[in-house]
Amino acid sequence: MSRLTLARGGATVLALSVAIVAIFLAPRWDQVGDIKGAQMGVYFIAILGLNIVTGYTGQISLGHGAFMAIGGYTTAILVAEHGVRDLWTIPIAGLVAGAAGFLVGIPALRLSGLYLALATFGLAVAMPDLLSWDKLESVTKGGQAIQLFGSSDLTGKGFEDVSILGQTVTFTRAVYYLTWAVALVLLVVAWLLLRGPPGRAFRAVRDSEVAAASSGVNIAAYKTFAFAISAAYAGIAGSLLVIAVAFADPQSFPAKLSLTLLVGAVIAGLGSLWGALAGAAFIQFLPDAAVHISKAQGVPDAVYGAALILIVLLLPTGVAGGLRRALAPLTSRLYTRS
Amino acid sequence: MAPLLELADVKARYGQVEALHGISLSVGEGEVVAVLGGNGAGKTTTLRAISGLVSTSGDVSFAGTRISRASPEKVARIGIAHVPEGRGIFSELTVHENLRLGAYLRRGGFAGDYERVRGYFPWLEDRRDQQAGTLSGGEQQMLALARALMARPRMLLLDEPSLGLAPLVVREIFRIVGELNEKDGLAVLVVEQNASLALRSSSRAYVLEVGRVALEGPSAELAENESVRKAYLGY
Amino acid sequence: MVEFAQQVVSGLASGSIYASLALAIVIIYRSTGVVNFAQGELATFTTFIAWTLIDHGLGYWLAFALTLVIAFVGGVALERIVVRPVEGGPVLTVVILTIGLFILLGGLSNWIWTAEVRSFPPNRPFPTSAWDIGGVAVSKQDAGILLVTLGLVVGLYLLFQHTKLGLAIRAAALNPTASRLVGVRVGWMLALGWGLAAAIGAVAGMFTAAAAPPLEPNMMRPVLIYAFAAAVLGGLASPVGAIVGGLTIGVMLNLIATYDTHVHLELDRMRLPIALAVILTVLLVRPAGLFGRAVVRRV
Repeated sequence: MSRLTLARGGATVLALSVAIVAIFLAPRWDQVGDIKGAQMGVYFIAILGLNIVTGYTGQISLGHGAFMAIGGYTTAILVAEHGVRDLWTIPIAGLVAGAAGFLVGIPALRLSGLYLALATFGLAVAMPDLLSWDKLESVTKGGQAIQLFGSSDLTGKGFEDVSILGQTVTFTRAVYYLTWAVALVLLVVAWLLLRGPPGRAFRAVRDSEVAAASSGVNIAAYKTFAFAISAAYAGIAGSLLVIAVAFADPQSFPAKLSLTLLVGAVIAGLGSLWGALAGAAFIQFLPDAAVHISKAQGVPDAVYGAALILIVLLLPTGVAGGLRRALAPLTSRLYTRS
Repeated sequence: MAPLLELADVKARYGQVEALHGISLSVGEGEVVAVLGGNGAGKTTTLRAISGLVSTSGDVSFAGTRISRASPEKVARIGIAHVPEGRGIFSELTVHENLRLGAYLRRGGFAGDYERVRGYFPWLEDRRDQQAGTLSGGEQQMLALARALMARPRMLLLDEPSLGLAPLVVREIFRIVGELNEKDGLAVLVVEQNASLALRSSSRAYVLEVGRVALEGPSAELAENESVRKAYLGY
Repeated sequence: MVEFAQQVVSGLASGSIYASLALAIVIIYRSTGVVNFAQGELATFTTFIAWTLIDHGLGYWLAFALTLVIAFVGGVALERIVVRPVEGGPVLTVVILTIGLFILLGGLSNWIWTAEVRSFPPNRPFPTSAWDIGGVAVSKQDAGILLVTLGLVVGLYLLFQHTKLGLAIRAAALNPTASRLVGVRVGWMLALGWGLAAAIGAVAGMFTAAAAPPLEPNMMRPVLIYAFAAAVLGGLASPVGAIVGGLTIGVMLNLIATYDTHVHLELDRMRLPIALAVILTVLLVRPAGLFGRAVVRRV
């Protein structure tokens, strides 16, 4: 990879990191705002993961909400049933979801585009019912919500103010910081992954499996790996979501979630990392904005759908691609070949 | 007499790459014309340009009508039948269905057209319900030709009919094409790698090189001219 | 024994609804190579239109026919306007597009008609009388639905196998370039496929609303999954397969729920996961389904 590309890639990640730090230092707002901001971080992480599997290796997944559910429930069960500290459950959730992703990735190898979309869509739709299955009640508590800290009020044990580096912040604020800190770490990990050999292999697989195979890339391994990684990301996102709202129930992870994530990823620009911020912002704040058009139900969905269609038709490379093109004249002057 | 098909300074591009840099050629009524040249010379692209399968600039006219930027459907409607490289048959459909598709633009009288075509390819009747993809290479090529004939075209565009086929089969195909030309006055523009065969079967020929016409003239002359043969035709 | 027969009969009833939506999915797949994720939402939307027409005084059958026409035109328009720009491109793009349609139409249905519960047809529920055949109740409405669905399959079979138009539609999907060269207007064949599918979907939607009330924006969501399972089981390109698949799924789900009381796997609310299991199993074991032709995928 030329030094120019490397420098450019590094610059965008740097810019994105700066943006995230800015999010960190944003002025205080109320509890609800904290949670919404944290949710945006959750979406950001999930979209990053989805981008790796769909944008980079071209495997369509309409089921990433299910991996979020797995991660979220892992956290919920560990905290509520086994008293594990919520922070430690995050990496565990990632691992569990990642393992699930690996297990899904193996049969996925045999399914091409359309069929994979069908199968993962089925997974997303079936997940809430699976979580409510009476047979799994001992693990998932059937259809009932698992309260993280024993009560559904946002007060009491577990919700008290947290002390970070000597400063006291409210629980919700702490969640907000936590989410974006994890987001930053995961972004850097993704960037390192994608600019290295795995990333090149991913892109090769997406562009031409035949060519990749004949140049010695172990397609099966990389495709499954991509699935596992992206599922892990989704799992961590799910875990953070559960921590943010302090409960987990099947309705938190409906089929629509998987579709919404896809919308976010497409808007971001498949195959792009930093577009994920725009994608996450879009899906998080659209319902709030849609209320201004009409208080009727269904408006946010109509807008999501219309946006998705318009982006696919008019701006296929998403926000990231569009901005890249707009800024191209600028950035090409900033760098000189060395 | 005005030529049946005329190309004037036709350029064609695939995306950003220009494949034809200004081709001019013509085919008269009832003529068999060959287009020769090495790989990548633009022979197939020329036929695709006529059929409207690739974006072109310049003029293409057929029987006095401009078809320069017409869609393939319109070109078929006007009386040109194109047998593309790789035959272009419907492998998943039966032989009979392929022929019915060939007659798509004809109104009524399928039986009559079918009888005619069967005259040239009698074996088709036995294989009516066989899936086209399971035919041998030679049979597929003949099916493709039969399908083109179902439309009763005025002109046939043949792209590399000999590709991948045994010499005996190739000779039979060219024999049939010759017969069609003599008996029905079918004009033919044939693209071929097998230069000697093409020159024997045609009255005129064009030799393409890198997207341009390098040479043109009566086939007999080109075949006899040793330096031409060595330089352009490889034998 | 009577119980078993009753369960089979009611399974056939729900199965024919799944089959009719599966038919729509198969039509689009057969004529364009695309699986339309929005098929269910489109059906819901058009059913709401039918409801509105009847609500405004139109006779049932007139509204039915008019809705089919509207659905057909709508399907053609959708294909020409939304899908055409990305035709021939990667699968992923079209899939995402249909998902966008799924979300959009669902939102529109909710917005325009709200989640208010309605019956279809409004104010005049269909005859719920039933025949008694040896102790088994066979509802006239269910019988009617099954008959119409079978009729649709026969009609489609005749169209595809025995008409020039049907042949052209199939050809356009199999080999667009060769089709063009014989004069087939490929673009319009694709649009026709979408129009047909939309009309059939409208029928499926109206069946669902009548047989499995109420009419509400989310009503086709589970049906879509069952229809996918039916289509996959039958073979995505086979109308006959869609019927067989649909009826099979309907009966199977019913029997599983009934006999679950013996096995205690609590499967009565697990219909969707079971459908998913069917989809996965078929795709992994025999992707061509029962009636499809296996496609070799070489890498």
